[in-house]
Amino acid sequence: MPEFIADFFRQLAEDHPRWNFIFFYEPVEIQRVLSGIGVTLQLSIVCLILSVVIGIIGAWLQGSPIKWLRNIVQGYIQFFRNTPPVVQLLFFYFALGQFTPTYSPDGWLEIPWISNVGWAIISLSFFAGAFNVEIFRAGIESVPDSTKEAAEALGYSRMKSYIYIILPLAFRVSLPALNNNLVNLVKTTTQAIAIAVPELLYQCVTIWNNYPSAQYPAMLFLFVFYIGLVGLIVMGMNRWERQLKIPGYGV
Amino acid sequence: MKSIPGINSKASTDFAVLKPPARNQVSHWHPNSTSFTRWLSELSILNCFLFILLAFVFSSLAFAQSNYTTTDAVDALFRWMPFLLKSGFFFNILISLLVMLIGTLTGIVLGLGQISIHGWLRKLCWAITQFFRNSPWLVLLFVVMLAFPFQIEIFGLTIPVPDWLKAVIGLSLPIMANVSEIVRGAVISVPSGQWEAAESLAYTRLQTLWQIILPQCFKRMIPPWMNWYAILTMATPLVSILGVEDVLKLARDATEAEGNHPELLMPFYTFVLVLFFIYCYPIAKLTQRLERKFSVKG
Amino acid sequence: MMSWTEDQPMVSIKDVHKSFGDLEVLKGVSMDIMKGQVICIIGPSGSGKSTLIRCVNALNDIQQGSILVEGQEVNDPDLDKLELRKKVGMVFQQYNLFPHKTALQNVMMAPIQVLKQDKAEIEKQAYELLKKVRLEGKENSYPGELSGGQQQRVAIARSLAMNPDIMLFDEVTAALDPETVKEVLVTIKQLAEEGMTCILVTHEMGFAREVADMIYFTDRGVIVESGPPATFFDEAKDPRTKEFLSQIL
Repeated sequence: MPEFIADFFRQLAEDHPRWNFIFFYEPVEIQRVLSGIGVTLQLSIVCLILSVVIGIIGAWLQGSPIKWLRNIVQGYIQFFRNTPPVVQLLFFYFALGQFTPTYSPDGWLEIPWISNVGWAIISLSFFAGAFNVEIFRAGIESVPDSTKEAAEALGYSRMKSYIYIILPLAFRVSLPALNNNLVNLVKTTTQAIAIAVPELLYQCVTIWNNYPSAQYPAMLFLFVFYIGLVGLIVMGMNRWERQLKIPGYGV
Repeated sequence: MKSIPGINSKASTDFAVLKPPARNQVSHWHPNSTSFTRWLSELSILNCFLFILLAFVFSSLAFAQSNYTTTDAVDALFRWMPFLLKSGFFFNILISLLVMLIGTLTGIVLGLGQISIHGWLRKLCWAITQFFRNSPWLVLLFVVMLAFPFQIEIFGLTIPVPDWLKAVIGLSLPIMANVSEIVRGAVISVPSGQWEAAESLAYTRLQTLWQIILPQCFKRMIPPWMNWYAILTMATPLVSILGVEDVLKLARDATEAEGNHPELLMPFYTFVLVLFFIYCYPIAKLTQRLERKFSVKG
Repeated sequence: MMSWTEDQPMVSIKDVHKSFGDLEVLKGVSMDIMKGQVICIIGPSGSGKSTLIRCVNALNDIQQGSILVEGQEVNDPDLDKLELRKKVGMVFQQYNLFPHKTALQNVMMAPIQVLKQDKAEIEKQAYELLKKVRLEGKENSYPGELSGGQQQRVAIARSLAMNPDIMLFDEVTAALDPETVKEVLVTIKQLAEEGMTCILVTHEMGFAREVADMIYFTDRGVIVESGPPATFFDEAKDPRTKEFLSQIL
């Protein structure tokens, strides 16, 4: 952080005691906010990738001829769609977390193989993944049967036509809904505070618990950060949507 | 085509309800399928869900190590159940209904503001809508809970604002913003020819809106509105993070009162999940049904 | 497996029955097609002609009977579909091009992804095929940017890229504007003259008369009458054929 910015905020805190942007000039607090942003981004990106993978696999399984497999996928979707994500987090971390094997690096501590961050990633990925399954499913159903048939007539196997023909088309149709879901996922990462994952909200709460004078600045910062992040995602996805747009093909 | 303020611009409503995937029914008999898979295939979705949960609970039996067994934990859950339901879950429902009422009324005003003929009002309402739509619910809750005064004075009258009321306000903000988008999206989904036809019949703008446009799109607003109600209901346990005594907070208190055995966590959290599922799943089903019904007629 | 030689029928259809649920659309159809022959199947809509050629390509399965393509039995649960589809190319009424790929890519996709052929080689071949269907300069256009007739010719080139022995055409001009029908028919005629074995389902009677070696008239799931174009069109015997021809000609 350049010194003059730090000085500016230090001065601001002196002039206006309620606007103490301590996380812009105190190295410890700067570090805290940076690590919070790091964890939030890490959670968002890892969950984003995993949830898309879950969505693709789930949508593939839903097209399977085996009925009980389809029912299990449907059960999974309904479970994660119709229960609160914050309770899912607690359930995964506390109720399932107690069964994870532990290891002991020094003979005293018992550290579980899956940390709270790990459980947050698992829980949030499955949460967002449940929506992605339905999003991709709808996309796949939007590909006309005749296109699938043409692929079949050219000798494509089910797997190959899925990879080369159906998914690329379905993906384009799915993008707007996917966009919404990913924005929702990023917003939901804040709920990992329930299992003490040190993401940005957690760090900001810590800061204003330590320095009540930093409460308003930290809240303002949270808004700016999240709306900025959401804005970036929406912009990036819109650009991607335009790039993938097929000439002369109305999606 | 004539430009109609606030009408011809593009909408970005996220009607998040997706069409249910059409399952192609495979009816013919598989000679090699075992009776187990047949039994599985005949399970309904709800049964499937409960089955998975049961599997979780019983798997925990195998891991029970201390003297306190899962059976004890389940007994404890049965003792607490009426309390959790009456003092906890009903409170969540109450909050959700109150929030929906406030959020819908303010959201309609904000949404109509977004299609106002006054450019500045349109932009202001748009900005408010986007701000509250894109902020995380939990951040909004924190801000309202901590920054809102614990009492307000109106006409010399001191009205205390308890925590639960702050929570209601905090949750109302994103609902307001999303209802606003639903209203805007629905209004501009009506073809602009309708506006022109009404205008040619000498309707005023307000008359057109109330007597021609809104009656047409009212039905279309119901499914996304219900969808947001379900999302809201599932957001109510967030208030427990801020110490409001809802079902989640009480469940945690109950496990502590029972001696904090780890075996308690599985049945208690499972119970909370099941409560929400039983309440939200029918709403989701109904939403899908209505959506399909309305989408056919267009 | 009995090895197939060129003096045997290339496609041999024997007593084929096909139902969709309770509805029987093919009630015992038989025909033989020799190498290099051009066969036109005509008949009122719903008479099962499209279903028949889709069965040849195993897009629809049959309940009873036998279809031999170069000696390979199609009505066989263990059928090697890839092997069959290398031999049989198909062009659809609705073109069914892959909208996310350019004309050139549409032609190149299957040989690369399914047949695992060398990319450089197939690219050269794809340019030639597009030239053959007179679409030079349209290589990098997307299907959505092409007219119906142009799309249909890309679809023909796409099928030819698999180097098939037989081509199936399923009412390929039915969805086209009248003015673009001709450009597609010219392409098919050119193929026929080069000796490609073709089975066409069509409503273009003039075209059938000109290019076909044999005409089959189907109605309600059976072949009512067949013969070379000259005798078929001028000396039809069956009243149903006569009625159909009188309506259409």
